[in-house]
Amino acid sequence: MLTNVTINGRTIAVRPGSTILSACRQADIKVPTLCHHPDQAVKAACRICVVEVAGQRLLQPACSYPVSEGMVVNTATPAVREARRTMLELLLSNHPADCLQCPRSFACELQQLASELNVRETPFESRLRQLKQDQSTVSLQRIPDKCVNCRRCVHACLTTQGIGLLYTAGRGRDTVVQTSGNVPLHDVACVLCGQCLQACPVGAITEVDETEKVWDALSDPAKHVVVQVAPAIRVALGEEFGGEAGSVVTGKLVSALRLLGFDRVFDTDFTADLTIIEEGHEFLHRLSHGGTLPMITSCSPGWVKFTEHNYPEELAHLSSCKSPQQMFGALAKTYYAEQSGIEASSVFVVSVMPCTAKKFEAARPEMTSSGYRDVDVVLSTRELARMLKQAGIDWAGVSDGEFDAPLGISTGAAAIFGATGGVMEAALRTVYEVVSGKELGSLDFHAVRGMAGVKEAAIQIGDLVVNVGVAHGLANARQLMEQVANGTSPYHFIEIMCCPGGCIGGGGQPIPTTNAVREQRIRAIYSVDEAMTLRKSHQNPAVAKLYADFLKRPLGHKSHTLLHTEYVKRG
Amino acid sequence: MKYYRAHVLICSGSNCAIKGCRSVKQACEQEIIRHGLQGEVQVVDTGCLGLCDQGPALVVYPEGVMYGRLTPSDVLEIVSEHLLKGRLVHRLMQQPTGPAGEVSPLSMTPFFQKQKRVVLKNCGLIDPERIEDYVRAGGYTALATALDVMTPESVIAEITQSGLRGRGGAGFPTGRKWEYTRVAAGQQKYVICNADEGEPGTFKDRLILEGDPHLIVEGMALAGYAIGATRGIVYIRGEYELSIHRMEQAIRQARENGLLGEGILSSAFSFDLEVCAGAGAYVCGEETALIESIEGNRGEPRFKPPYPVEKGLWGQPTSVNNVETLANVPSIIEQGALWYRSLGTPSSPGTKVFTLTGNIVNSGLIEVPMGITLREVIYEIGGGIPEGKQFKMAQTGGTSGGCLAAAHLDIPMDYDSLQSHGSSLGSGALLIMDDTHCIVDLTRCFLKFFVHESCGQCTPCREGAPALYHLLGKVSAGAGGHADIQLINRLSRTMQSSSLCALGQTAPVPVLSALQHFWPEIEAHLNGRCPANKCVMGKAAGKIAN
Ligand SMILES: Cc1cc2nc3c(=O)[nH]c(=O)nc-3n(C[C@H](O)[C@H](O)[C@H](O)COP(=O)(O)O)c2cc1C
Ligand code: SF4
Ligand code: SF4
Ligand code: SF4
Ligand code: SF4
Ligand code: FES
Ligand code: FES
Repeated sequence: MLTNVTINGRTIAVRPGSTILSACRQADIKVPTLCHHPDQAVKAACRICVVEVAGQRLLQPACSYPVSEGMVVNTATPAVREARRTMLELLLSNHPADCLQCPRSFACELQQLASELNVRETPFESRLRQLKQDQSTVSLQRIPDKCVNCRRCVHACLTTQGIGLLYTAGRGRDTVVQTSGNVPLHDVACVLCGQCLQACPVGAITEVDETEKVWDALSDPAKHVVVQVAPAIRVALGEEFGGEAGSVVTGKLVSALRLLGFDRVFDTDFTADLTIIEEGHEFLHRLSHGGTLPMITSCSPGWVKFTEHNYPEELAHLSSCKSPQQMFGALAKTYYAEQSGIEASSVFVVSVMPCTAKKFEAARPEMTSSGYRDVDVVLSTRELARMLKQAGIDWAGVSDGEFDAPLGISTGAAAIFGATGGVMEAALRTVYEVVSGKELGSLDFHAVRGMAGVKEAAIQIGDLVVNVGVAHGLANARQLMEQVANGTSPYHFIEIMCCPGGCIGGGGQPIPTTNAVREQRIRAIYSVDEAMTLRKSHQNPAVAKLYADFLKRPLGHKSHTLLHTEYVKRG
Repeated sequence: MKYYRAHVLICSGSNCAIKGCRSVKQACEQEIIRHGLQGEVQVVDTGCLGLCDQGPALVVYPEGVMYGRLTPSDVLEIVSEHLLKGRLVHRLMQQPTGPAGEVSPLSMTPFFQKQKRVVLKNCGLIDPERIEDYVRAGGYTALATALDVMTPESVIAEITQSGLRGRGGAGFPTGRKWEYTRVAAGQQKYVICNADEGEPGTFKDRLILEGDPHLIVEGMALAGYAIGATRGIVYIRGEYELSIHRMEQAIRQARENGLLGEGILSSAFSFDLEVCAGAGAYVCGEETALIESIEGNRGEPRFKPPYPVEKGLWGQPTSVNNVETLANVPSIIEQGALWYRSLGTPSSPGTKVFTLTGNIVNSGLIEVPMGITLREVIYEIGGGIPEGKQFKMAQTGGTSGGCLAAAHLDIPMDYDSLQSHGSSLGSGALLIMDDTHCIVDLTRCFLKFFVHESCGQCTPCREGAPALYHLLGKVSAGAGGHADIQLINRLSRTMQSSSLCALGQTAPVPVLSALQHFWPEIEAHLNGRCPANKCVMGKAAGKIAN
């Protein structure tokens, strides 16, 4: 039984219990929102979405108000327009309107509201709060003056990530969203995942912009500047230029980077394949030598930091493998420098990552095994887009290019690292064939794909049934970690990605990154995999050559110094 | 039972406590012992007598003579003169004597004559710390009757027929609220007594809890029986230490006497109560913020629907009722809906407790039938405006109530007629102001309260209240113009229509009613003049507003 509602004179049938907002969307009627986030619980706090419901004395927020049979709704009456305009004017009266300097400009919901509601000025006295900014971390900065108190970040940190560092303090006009005691993010258990940033409708939380450092390196003739791009970038960057979510833009991405002036355009997928070889062998070693199980993946730096803060006693479960980004950095300044006869000190490594925590990872003191800082600068997808725009590169006109060899050669197994379950699937493809000596029939492990928070599978490998678990988003990860901590984990091998959907949903990705967008990017990632001729990491010829010429063997001495790491108890 | 020839009932309510009723009581007891009267005269702590302004106060029975504004040395005289020699101490008396020197009964004094005490029936007459006193005054008969001969449905029917409406502010029909809670699906239902009472100048719920806590225990047990709840919570404002103490004591006594707990009075009905001390913020009195606060969260209102009757405490059906609402319940069950409807007006049956404050001779706690006029309350019960000044305005319903002018003195005080004049009964606060006050200044003060008390959750209230306050500052400073008045109106409309909870929705009410009822005075400010000479003209508006 559907519920009939009449919105702006049109009667439509909607699912019972729908909100007015979803009914409006079904009827293609746009209702402005601000605190509403499609992946979060309803807050009904900003009140921008108010509409008129016949028979009601008060206006009602469309985002929370349920429809009922025969309800008559009007979304743009004079009373509604007046209320929305007045509320927006109130918000603008304490907002530092510096859109010109703001990295969120053009992706800002407040700016868009002002434009859509045609509010250009406010009659209310300006009252800037001049709150302290937080620039304590290498990944994120908070500019609370721009906060509109929508609490979407609060929900992201607490519910999505299960951490809960951000909360509402103060009352009335002094209400602010902050950490407990307004302690800088650097000094709390923040994992720098940027999910709060992704949830924020405005520029109150942004990444630390490092584009200038890259411009400087590019214009320095003494520097050999190489760039690596993570798997998740090629299915997202197009969105920054007006493309559909989930468009695959690998070729354009490579050419655009060349146009920017990078000396070599490489692919983190290369070291993703390498990670599978090292991590696969580590897993098999743990299995056969009674090592700590379950083994848990370590390529997501937010996840690693989360474990260091929250489960310092369980760090032995983490694979000792560095993330693909850091393996790349270490090899770029050793293997690659040697091979191409370039002084390691002049190699400058830039990575383009979907992730804000990667900035933190690259800055970790452990990440200097090449003798230098292995990765010099980490750019988010958004920062790269900014540079391309700054350089005047006409995205539409960019033709397709190919990654450089050897650190640009990869397989489909590496591509799917970008999606939740991808690392596990890539590992299973390799471990299965290495152990059983048999070729896999179907390469697709559907049980570990998709947006379900926790996924599991049991795979017969040789005479062993390997139980694997996959979680993404730290609230889900916590569930698996509680089992590990109390000794009830049923798994041998666990993949955890800090961000919902995996790296394609990271804090450095184009805005908006909602679950709907994540699903489209995931679909794109698997299409990249399917289009590859090589789809198993152990088939990567460049990786095989790397072992033959340089590393010698998985888990060997060189691997140990360059590709593996240790963790810090942070408490 | 021991027989005493006289009883001295000393008010131990909070308003008297701050004025030193403890030492008055001590002096009284010592003096009685000194005269060897302890076998003949009993001293009893009791609840508020209503004339808080004249506290510390006591009443000597059987004569019913009330003495007020007492110091310990006054008491020596009362004991040696009245109690020992039977001579009244006229200089301390609060009621007139007749031609033959006889005392006119307290109930015939102007202060009490127009009152009708249903909720306060025991206040000032019994010792609130003794369950025996409550029972002797007829307490727990209603509960016994209900459990014995009434179904939960018939209890709800009786309350519905009585026309009882919530006394916490919104005036929602109590029977209907109980019915909704009863039929809502849920494992564990709850009754919550709302004794947060954060409204400035309001202390009725406190004095009811202090003066007659068992009445609330009984009212909540009846509510629990009616809606099918086995658990109840009395949410009492944290500063109300005596209320908390007396309520906890009453709950213990009720449990010991089988009036709470498993199988109450040998029936199949089980019900228990606990006290929860409030977090302190005004907004925590809003029922859903209160529920959040009980759950251990920041006290912020929830959006509605869903309403607490469907999803309240811990997501379960919950009936939140004000103290005074619950205090009416035992009498209605005992004496019937018809009796209750004989009091008050057809749309607002029963009585209403008001806290009279401001420029009024007798400030304190009164209970009157609904529909009484403001004039009767102010000039007869309240004794008029002191120091020969003129009445200027009355604010009913608390800080978010409307400002009524002299033209409204004869409107009946009930839910509907107050509402039709842009005000409300609200919490029962009644603030009277004389003609030395300025309406702009007053409304600004009211607004300042909301600027501070907004929980900060929703835009219209968080940002609107300070903006409105600022605009009034501009008007007060003589810097306002007609455009500002238009903006005040537009902003007020938005706050009313779009705020999440009633705090923001009603915050502009005083301003709007002032614009409506006191326009000439406001217009004078636009022309740079404050008729009451209160506002400082010409100060930079920006500096004023904070
Ligand atoms: C800001 C605000 C404060 C309130 N404070 C109180 C209060 O202190 N006591 C109270 O009984 N109701 C208070 N209310 C009303 C309650 O939300 C609720 O309507 C009432 O407790 C229901 O009881 P009733 O039906 O018996 O009136 C307040 C409402 C608002 C919006
Ligand atoms: S947050 Fe939005 S409105 Fe504010 S300055 Fe940035 S782009 Fe402009
Ligand atoms: S970066 Fe992640 S952990 Fe840190 S505050 Fe934001 S959501 Fe929470
Ligand atoms: S920081 Fe952003 S997401 Fe968080 S409350 Fe403020 S505006 Fe909303
Ligand atoms: S109206 Fe005011 S008190 Fe109520 S929810 Fe909104 S901000 Fe909070
Ligand atoms: S979007 Fe509905 S209240 Fe914010
Ligand atoms: S508190 Fe003592 S008379 Fe009111």
